[in-house]
Amino acid sequence: MADRHLEPDTPELRARWGNWTWNEVNAKKVPDIIARYPEGRQRSAVMPLLDLAQRQIGAETQTQGWLPIPVMEYIAKELDMPVIRVVEVASFYTMYNLVPVGRFHVQVCGTTPCMLRGSDDLLTACKARGMSKGHNSADGLWTLTEVECMGNCASAPMVQINDDNYEDLTAERLNFVLDELAAGREPKAGTQEPGRHTVEPVGALSTLKQMVSENHDYRGEW
Amino acid sequence: MPKVTVDGVELEVPAGATVLQACELAGKEIPRFCYHERLSIAGNCRMCLVEVAPGPPKPQASCALPAAEGQTIRTDSEMVKKAREGVMEFLLINHPLDCPICDQGGECDLQDQSVAYGRGASRYDEHKRAVTEKYMGPLIKTTMTRCIHCTRCVRFSEEVAGVDEIGALYRGENMQITTYLEKAAHHEMSANVIDLCPVGALTSKPYAFEARPWELKKTLGIDVSDATGANIRIDSRGREVLRVLPRINDDVNEEWISDKARYQVDGLTKRRLDRPWIRRDGKLQAATWDEAFAAIAKVKPGASVAAVAGDLLDCETQFAAKKLVGALGSSLLEGRQTGMDYDVSSLAAVNFNSTFAGIETADAILIVGSNVRWEAPLVNVRLRKAVKKGAKVFLVGQQWDTTFGGEFLSEDLSVLGNLPAHVSDALSKAERPAVILGGAALAKGALGAGLGLVGQFNLVRDGWNGFNVLHLAAARMGGLMLGFAQKGGIADLVAAKPKLVFSLGADEMDFAKFSDSIVVYIGHHGDKGAHAADIVLPAAAYTEKAGTYVNTEGRVQFAEKAVFAPGDAREDWTILRALADALGVSVGFDSFDELRAAMVAEVPALGEEGLAAYGSLPAGGGSADGVFGYPIKDFYLTNPIARASEVMQRCSAELLHGEDFAEAAE
Amino acid sequence: MALADKDRIFTNLYGYQPWNLDAAQKRGDWDNTKAILAKGRDGIIEEIKASGLRGRGGAGFPTGMKWSFMPKEPNSARPGFLVINADESEPGSCKDREIIRHDPHKLLEGALVAGFAMGARAAYIYIRGEYIREAETMFAARDEAYAAGLLGKNACGSGYDFDVFVHRGAGAYICGEETAMIESLEGKKGQPRLKPPFPAGAGLYGCPTTVNNVESIAVAPTIMRRGASWFSSFGRENNKGTKLFQISGHVNKPCVVEEEMSIPFRELIERHCGGIRGGWDNLLAVIPGGSSVPLVPGDQCPDMPMDFDGCKAAGSGLGTAAVIVMDKSTDIVRAISRLSYFYKHESCGQCTPCREGTGWMWRVMERLRTGDAAVEEIDMLQQVTKQVEGHTICALGDAAAWPIQGLIRHFRPELERRIADNVREAAE
Repeated sequence: MADRHLEPDTPELRARWGNWTWNEVNAKKVPDIIARYPEGRQRSAVMPLLDLAQRQIGAETQTQGWLPIPVMEYIAKELDMPVIRVVEVASFYTMYNLVPVGRFHVQVCGTTPCMLRGSDDLLTACKARGMSKGHNSADGLWTLTEVECMGNCASAPMVQINDDNYEDLTAERLNFVLDELAAGREPKAGTQEPGRHTVEPVGALSTLKQMVSENHDYRGEW
Repeated sequence: MPKVTVDGVELEVPAGATVLQACELAGKEIPRFCYHERLSIAGNCRMCLVEVAPGPPKPQASCALPAAEGQTIRTDSEMVKKAREGVMEFLLINHPLDCPICDQGGECDLQDQSVAYGRGASRYDEHKRAVTEKYMGPLIKTTMTRCIHCTRCVRFSEEVAGVDEIGALYRGENMQITTYLEKAAHHEMSANVIDLCPVGALTSKPYAFEARPWELKKTLGIDVSDATGANIRIDSRGREVLRVLPRINDDVNEEWISDKARYQVDGLTKRRLDRPWIRRDGKLQAATWDEAFAAIAKVKPGASVAAVAGDLLDCETQFAAKKLVGALGSSLLEGRQTGMDYDVSSLAAVNFNSTFAGIETADAILIVGSNVRWEAPLVNVRLRKAVKKGAKVFLVGQQWDTTFGGEFLSEDLSVLGNLPAHVSDALSKAERPAVILGGAALAKGALGAGLGLVGQFNLVRDGWNGFNVLHLAAARMGGLMLGFAQKGGIADLVAAKPKLVFSLGADEMDFAKFSDSIVVYIGHHGDKGAHAADIVLPAAAYTEKAGTYVNTEGRVQFAEKAVFAPGDAREDWTILRALADALGVSVGFDSFDELRAAMVAEVPALGEEGLAAYGSLPAGGGSADGVFGYPIKDFYLTNPIARASEVMQRCSAELLHGEDFAEAAE
Repeated sequence: MALADKDRIFTNLYGYQPWNLDAAQKRGDWDNTKAILAKGRDGIIEEIKASGLRGRGGAGFPTGMKWSFMPKEPNSARPGFLVINADESEPGSCKDREIIRHDPHKLLEGALVAGFAMGARAAYIYIRGEYIREAETMFAARDEAYAAGLLGKNACGSGYDFDVFVHRGAGAYICGEETAMIESLEGKKGQPRLKPPFPAGAGLYGCPTTVNNVESIAVAPTIMRRGASWFSSFGRENNKGTKLFQISGHVNKPCVVEEEMSIPFRELIERHCGGIRGGWDNLLAVIPGGSSVPLVPGDQCPDMPMDFDGCKAAGSGLGTAAVIVMDKSTDIVRAISRLSYFYKHESCGQCTPCREGTGWMWRVMERLRTGDAAVEEIDMLQQVTKQVEGHTICALGDAAAWPIQGLIRHFRPELERRIADNVREAAE
């Protein structure tokens, strides 16, 4: 993964984002989010608010969103905390995009469990489509990031694109998913292995077969 | 009092001590980088690892581990040696080998500790980390490749200064220390991070590449940029003061000094008066000492003489002037240049009685007419500590950006006679209530009303005196002890129409009122005072003379002479002694020692370092009203030295007036 | 004896049935929870202690004992908190995700039971940021439980007020460390705190806090219903209960499965994973407990009991029971080097040895991968891992060191071979 950096604070950035505020829907969510934490501990809400802001900016820009400096300042003010502490948080956690990303954030897991099951092929497939790690594609559609373990190891290899995971991938399966997305369709999320439901052994179940067809209550057998 | 064993030696340590402190009590040196006595414990550098039993079979960070009964601590075992070597190696792998061009060289913790605890050779064969440079303003020079991420600077800004502006961005080996958006550090204590930085990441920008520490003569001095009397070390080479550093004094400045105290010293070589001047045909023209003395003698003032003391003066100069004026038959002495005329019949009533260390322990504080952050940054730090311990602070006056919160009650002094119920309540219920009157309050005649609060809230009680006056001038308390105050203030001097007025570095007053007098300016800078004078006699700045200073707590402190005054300039007392001869009178001393002896004979408290005793507080009374402004308009330019300082001018322009100096090209 | 389906706790593990409250209740969740709470704080803690449940997050600390560290007397100025660690980020681990998205009510009910037992006023479920859909399920399940009066004021009609909040992370493995998680919950960078003070004394917001793994909490209600002796009837002494195993890598059918503790490795793989890819002779090595534990060479694996003591005896650890299987096609040096990169990427940067050491170790590992190194550097790397291990505030330093130590211990000849090949190629 390329080194993270903040988007420089320029007059253009200020002009574009200086007057940013919550949209109507999110403005209503903010007090509820802050209320999850005890009174006087509103700083705890910095992570959810950064996420909310990133999502709103994503919707506004038809991308996956990012966090311009003026927006961090806005949140700092909202939570009555020093801006530098907000920037620390935003730069520490990798899910906050510090620079603009594309419409689809293609996050290929490259950690060992996925690597063992072929994540190299997925990265190669992405690169063959013109993506490169840490960069946005020229058409603004794709941003490629190699990420660390996403916790889908029993259905590896996997890619997270925006909010959905695509598991049990091969290069062909990934290409299909990407084609579908590019065409504006919504490919099925989750495992791409035909016949597999989630993380059960492929093929015949080794356990809990009754659960497939009915919401079985095992208590009678205790 | 737990009993522990350090390297086989059993000792008792105070309850609450850490293992590191226990080791130090046992006389063992524990290397450290992140740990600092006056900051919170971070425990991140891992240099202070020691072996502790009982405990897990791995070395423990001694800075963070409480000493407990029965612990066996080893600082000399193989495990500890290996641990230190390992941490040292890690610290050095990404640290540049640029000691020869690093200003920290010779006083670098990393350098010293790698010699003492390192392995001696590197096994690191990879590329070293590159870090982009950071801008931190006109005072702090950064070389962030040298940063070892101890976070002392982050903790100082957050905890002591109370201005959260330094942080550590990103994470892991990419972690970078920076100010927010690389803006200049924005507070009056910012440069203390330079002292705190254990490596050469943050060094002094004005002092960059000036000298090596071992070339410097170190002189113990007292800062004169405000009335707190910070203890400083003046580092000089030849005739030039190259830098000022804080000395540790827990009672006064702890371990800090303000940026002005530290960086006004380049002003000592600029705009200096290095020869006498005489006004001829309306213009000041260079002259010799003989010509100047002759011109003064020609005035033949008789007893029609007065002296005005400036803000930076030591007691000896003021005493010498007092003796001269007295020998001529006058007692017209005044130091309050701006015309203040508060009652000084009791010095206890104009003293910071709680002491700085004491104000930290106050639990309710009412500040009247003081922008403490600008008038006494070191006291502001104490107030922040008090608030962190739970003190409530209320302020009267225009709002300013405190670093500790606090509630501004009103801009009008009349609120003193009618405090809101919750304020009265807080002060009444406090165990250690305190009131601080600032210069602006004194100027508005609020001393009596302030003293009235003493009885109202029982500010003086067993072991506690909560009544405080916060002065702005380093010379003030010494001057008041020596009698530099008229009942009517400077107006009394004006009314007396003296033929001859000695202006002892008085650069903050309006001399137009003395247009019929011959004004002799004795001072060191070509500032306002000199320009208004008829005769100018070049004297010594605070680094160029030994002297006694009394801070706003009434604390008597001695300073030594670091360098000689430039050119023909002379130490102030010798000028006054010579003037006595020129005017044909005797002042009773021929040497500095004799002067000091005479001064101590007259005011014994000035002979002893420490807090002077001023007796009990008088009764207060009267009321005050009206709105007011604070006396300091520009923190960085409050005295002639600072005004001559390019560094202070730059700070003023960039930090207070928002001029853009961002050094993209640097 | 295989674990019978009736003895599995997570019956909807694969999500064939809905996760919602109605379906969960039909499977037995939230069934008279009030009666469990009626056993009292001590009653619950004693039952959990007796069950032999050890923390499922990796360290294996006895869960009941952990709960007992919380203050006995409630203090309204310093209320207790339960923090549920759903920051599942250890490479190989993927079990909490299944609980959250398919059985969230087990977790919520467990939160109430555990929170009540430790006298906490609220629980925060800290769910890793990348579990986006999973978090949506968690939020929705929580709202269902509130609407049904199972959580909140007078939870389950017990008279006990208990809140549950969901907090999402944002991409930092280190937040799985309990004190880093607390820092993160307070809105700061996830940098682990110094201990002491321990969270049970001063944790979230300075209040007494217990941090537990999702699985540890989610199994609690079933243990309370079926009794400690039921749970402790599975597994060997000191390694009791059932456990979610996650098998990834080179097995024919990777999966997540609930099994009896102490099940031998071969049985686990044969019964649920369709065997090793290419047969048992093709097994190179296994990382039995997630990336932080040393690998075990293939020949030592088949009979290894999959429990805390069994993995420890093989020089490794059970960790989260995230079993990463590697066959002989694996570039073993690269597999471990990729983990070194992971730790470099996830180091918080606070402590010197980890901040500087993880990058150093990874760079040397990358050179060893291609053989671009000297043989002495293997020993140097070993020493560097020893300089990191045990010298940091949290265990990430240890976790970064152990996989490399395991590699050097078991595959030193392979490392030397690559160096020799590289020298030979350079000469040719």
